[in-house]
Amino acid sequence: MTEMKGWKEIPIGGMILDAGNSEAYNTGDWRAFRPVPGEAECTNCMLCWLNCPDSSILVDAENEEMTGFDLKHCKGCGICAAVCPVNAGVIRRAEGEVEKDDPRLCIRMVEEGKFQEVGNE
Amino acid sequence: MSKFEALTGNAAVSNAMRQINPDVVAAYPITPQTDTVQTFSEFVADGLVDTEFVTVESEHSAMSACVGASAAGARVMTATSANGLALMWEIIYIAASNRCPIVMSLVNRALSAPINIHCDHSDVMGMRDSGWIILMSENGQEAYDNIIQAIRIGEHPDVLLPVAVCQDGFITSHSLERVELFEDGEVQDFVGTHEPQWPLLDVEDPKTYGPLDFYDYYYEHKRQQVEAMEKAHGVIREVTQEFNDRFGREYGLFEAYRMDDAEVAVIAANSTAGTAKTAVDNLRDQGLKAGLLKLRVFRPFPGQELAEALRGVSAVAVMDRAISFGSMDNAGPLFSEVVSALTLNDVHVPIADYVYGLGGRDIRPGEIENVYQEAFQMAENGKVERRVRYLGVRE
Repeated sequence: MTEMKGWKEIPIGGMILDAGNSEAYNTGDWRAFRPVPGEAECTNCMLCWLNCPDSSILVDAENEEMTGFDLKHCKGCGICAAVCPVNAGVIRRAEGEVEKDDPRLCIRMVEEGKFQEVGNE
Repeated sequence: MSKFEALTGNAAVSNAMRQINPDVVAAYPITPQTDTVQTFSEFVADGLVDTEFVTVESEHSAMSACVGASAAGARVMTATSANGLALMWEIIYIAASNRCPIVMSLVNRALSAPINIHCDHSDVMGMRDSGWIILMSENGQEAYDNIIQAIRIGEHPDVLLPVAVCQDGFITSHSLERVELFEDGEVQDFVGTHEPQWPLLDVEDPKTYGPLDFYDYYYEHKRQQVEAMEKAHGVIREVTQEFNDRFGREYGLFEAYRMDDAEVAVIAANSTAGTAKTAVDNLRDQGLKAGLLKLRVFRPFPGQELAEALRGVSAVAVMDRAISFGSMDNAGPLFSEVVSALTLNDVHVPIADYVYGLGGRDIRPGEIENVYQEAFQMAENGKVERRVRYLGVRE
């Protein structure tokens, strides 16, 4: 929790004078589901990066590789998992229903509460 | 040299706008304000001003465009009346809360329904809690003078609030009067150049206006608006003094007319103050010590100063051109303010409210003389017969 400022210390009218400060806002706090890499190999198609509404897909631009998730800002919306074509393939080949935290997926959405059981990605 | 012209109150304001030469005017026509911006649009078409004139599809859009232009860094003006102001409602609050020093000519007119285009103060009284500074004008000359001062008051770095300058619809907005117009250069020199502190158009230094503001900081931003209103008290005094010195006027927070030895006082605003002066003069001719307080600054309300000016009189009558429905005794809004001011400043005197002139109902010197006579009765009896009267209504 950042320190709360008094009315004399903040810009008037709710103005934000330091542009780009939304980065300092830890929206990862809101997350109920966490994106976690699964067993299926990422093809680096970058569809998750393209679709993420919070710019929370981390990439190595030089090697054109998807390298993980910015968990400080990821709100856990699951769009990355929904658009992932590797996930689509896993679901199509599977027999029966595939839960969204299925380990066979490329991008799994795991409940934050269960996260300790899954361990660090 | 200044010059004198025969102008309506609206045309006087249009000429003030021409001399101020604002960057942006966004307005929508509504009676009785319409010819203020119509005349101004002719100045735009004739190339007499550099103003970007934005014709919009509603008053809601007009005030929205004003807020956007003001945030961008422009000096912005507009004009409206009654239902137009009501349609602006949402953005009226946003203009004040975003600290946009927009100046609006508000030509007072009754709110519907039933639909009515004539004068009362129900429009401006509705915006009294919105965070705007509100100035009242007895005639076209005062509207002209107040508009010029409003630019300086609103844009003062300690204030940064929008300002509404009122005059009475038709009664002064459409009456030809002798109006003194100052030299263009003199007005330009007085208002100076607008120097916005946080213009959005300064792309080298980007910033955000109007973000989401929850329980954590909204309250602090409201507290800042209180501070701006507090500061406005002093700034209005300063700007008024400078204007008086420069242009030979005697404006204050209010005008005390023949109040020095007055036994009873009437409080009135806008054109009725002019009528009341005639009533005061008539009564004085009869040896009756009548006085008038003409309100000029309604927001921030000069309660303490008003109470001091009334300390010593034996009775007070307030004239309200609006009703605050459901308020105590169904009085007018001005009455509630004056009663609070007197009570909190320990001026205990019989006081009554006179609602009058709704929907443009005429008010004559004789009727105001009757108000004074009743005030003298209150003074003599030391009590109030009836707290609120509806002057001129047919039973």
